[in-house]
Amino acid sequence: MTPLLEARGVTRVLPGPVPVTLVSDIHLSVQPGEFIAITGPSGSGKSSLLYLLGLLDAPTGGSVYLEGRDTSKLSRNELAELRLKKLGFVFQFHFLLPEFSVLENVMLPMRKLGTRSEIQMRNRAAEILDELGLTSELKKTPEKLSGGQRQRAAIARALANDPLIILADEPTGNLDTKNGHIVFDIFKRLAEQNRQTVITVTHDQQLSALTQRQIRLVDGSIVGAEQPATI
Amino acid sequence: MWLPLNIALTHLRTRKRQSLVSVLGVAMGVGFFIAMAALMQGFHVYFVSKVIDVWPHVVIKDEYRSAPLQPAQRLFSDGVVMLRGLKPRDELRGIKNADTVISDLNRRTDLTAAPTLRAQVFLRYGSKDVSATLVGIEPEQERRVSHLENDLIAGNLNALHTAANGIILGDGVAKKVGATLNDTLSVTSPAGVVLKMKVVGIFRTGITPIDNFESYALLKKAQILQDRPNVINQIRIRLNDVSQTRSIATSIEARLGYRTESWEETYENILSIFVIQNGIMYSTVGAILIVAAFGIFNIISTVVHEKTRDIGILKSIGFEERDIRRIFLIEGLLVGLVGTLLGWALGYGLTRLLGAIRIHNEGFITAEGFILHYTIIHYLIAGSFALLSATFAAWLPARKAAHLNPVDIIRGAA
Repeated sequence: MTPLLEARGVTRVLPGPVPVTLVSDIHLSVQPGEFIAITGPSGSGKSSLLYLLGLLDAPTGGSVYLEGRDTSKLSRNELAELRLKKLGFVFQFHFLLPEFSVLENVMLPMRKLGTRSEIQMRNRAAEILDELGLTSELKKTPEKLSGGQRQRAAIARALANDPLIILADEPTGNLDTKNGHIVFDIFKRLAEQNRQTVITVTHDQQLSALTQRQIRLVDGSIVGAEQPATI
Repeated sequence: MWLPLNIALTHLRTRKRQSLVSVLGVAMGVGFFIAMAALMQGFHVYFVSKVIDVWPHVVIKDEYRSAPLQPAQRLFSDGVVMLRGLKPRDELRGIKNADTVISDLNRRTDLTAAPTLRAQVFLRYGSKDVSATLVGIEPEQERRVSHLENDLIAGNLNALHTAANGIILGDGVAKKVGATLNDTLSVTSPAGVVLKMKVVGIFRTGITPIDNFESYALLKKAQILQDRPNVINQIRIRLNDVSQTRSIATSIEARLGYRTESWEETYENILSIFVIQNGIMYSTVGAILIVAAFGIFNIISTVVHEKTRDIGILKSIGFEERDIRRIFLIEGLLVGLVGTLLGWALGYGLTRLLGAIRIHNEGFITAEGFILHYTIIHYLIAGSFALLSATFAAWLPARKAAHLNPVDIIRGAA
């Protein structure tokens, strides 16, 4: 069976007078519904790998396959379209647009996709926010929300276009333990109930233990036994 | 609402003061352009229409553009001929065969020609001596080539026939000599003839050199006064199509040999002032709009800088480069558009204000207040220039924003 997401010998070197290798020769295969944590010390290339898997960055060697399709040959616009339709991002900072309400922020990716009517978008955004416990915050701007609420709003935005994969980069980095657990519970639910794949970068051992599968990076390479989860 | 427009509007809305300043910059550029253009072109258009109205479109004169060739020069046309001590022949001035020329010209359907004798005279009334140009005309024919009759503020053209020796004065001439309607003044010509002439009309064209120096009498009387019986020295021509003056003047000159001037040639020095004037206007207003463009560039660069994170997230969501570029281009265009609309209102208001000012102005043209020219073209020029510079000013930061790399932004923020 073709894996949902596959990295074949992915290497990323930052060019410069002294080239810096961010990640090297990563082989990785991800199935639908997996909940994966990428762990490792800081500077080990966790985020870099995530950006490569999320098609935000292009590898200098090897390539990333999404649904069996080689993405290294795609144009920037085609990559943007894939991100829009199939991927959802959550970052350490919420990155919600400050001028727009929470509801509008969640509607943003749907508007870009443009397949739903205004009312459908509104309903769907409200529905997602409702599931994440933000029912009463729809009309508020991000600055009126607490840190945990903001991060949940950002997750809601990532879910807007019903992505196959949710990529999270230290999503709990700015949250307290309680809110961190809430976020991971949400991810777990998404993976188990919606069969959406969640890949999250974290350095929190406690939280990464909640995932099905951990990938440990040291100096840009995967270390330890790495077994694809069996379904 | 269309998404890039929505985001652009939000950016501008949250920066009200900066946006307002940029909009006002554009509005002032546009407004001043419209007011200045109305003022400057008003003068230009008024002058041209007056001249076209008052002055014959084409004048055939009894002179040549270059001296006739000497026989030796004609014989050795490709050689070098040098003649010393050459004395030009005293020729009898005047257009030869004028009657035939005029009737020939009048057979054409695109123009009307009339004979005149134009020469200097002295007007004496009481203790005052004033020099003026006396133009001898045939009223019936003159009516068809100039609008002298419309410019009469006292008397009428037919009185030239009914009065024994009638003369029509420009109001400036009348004022200088101190005569009014029905006064009799003595007119002396360089030929030494003196005639007592009665003022039967006073005209005012609004063009000071004409009003201050010209007077009209019957062609016959002018010929008697100048002692040049049956001579005419100018043929005045009026065309049906004013835009043809230059080409028709050239063709007539080529046929007759006489110097034939279109009104553009006669007033060339004044028309060239308008060219300079337009240059000054366009460069001044261009400068204002360039400053306004810097304002737009400034606000949009600032927005791009402040919104770097948003650009990063939008790109990670799946916005393409052109979506990002559009957002900032639209912001520039919006500033340009709102500025243009405000500027149109401002320009209209300013021209109205200028139009309401009453001053007596007796320079080259006599008028009460500013002469303004209202035309949609000024609004369109100012508007398109403003939009163009706004788009260009927004283009540079928009391009920069589109090229931002989301990974760099997200890394930088983390």
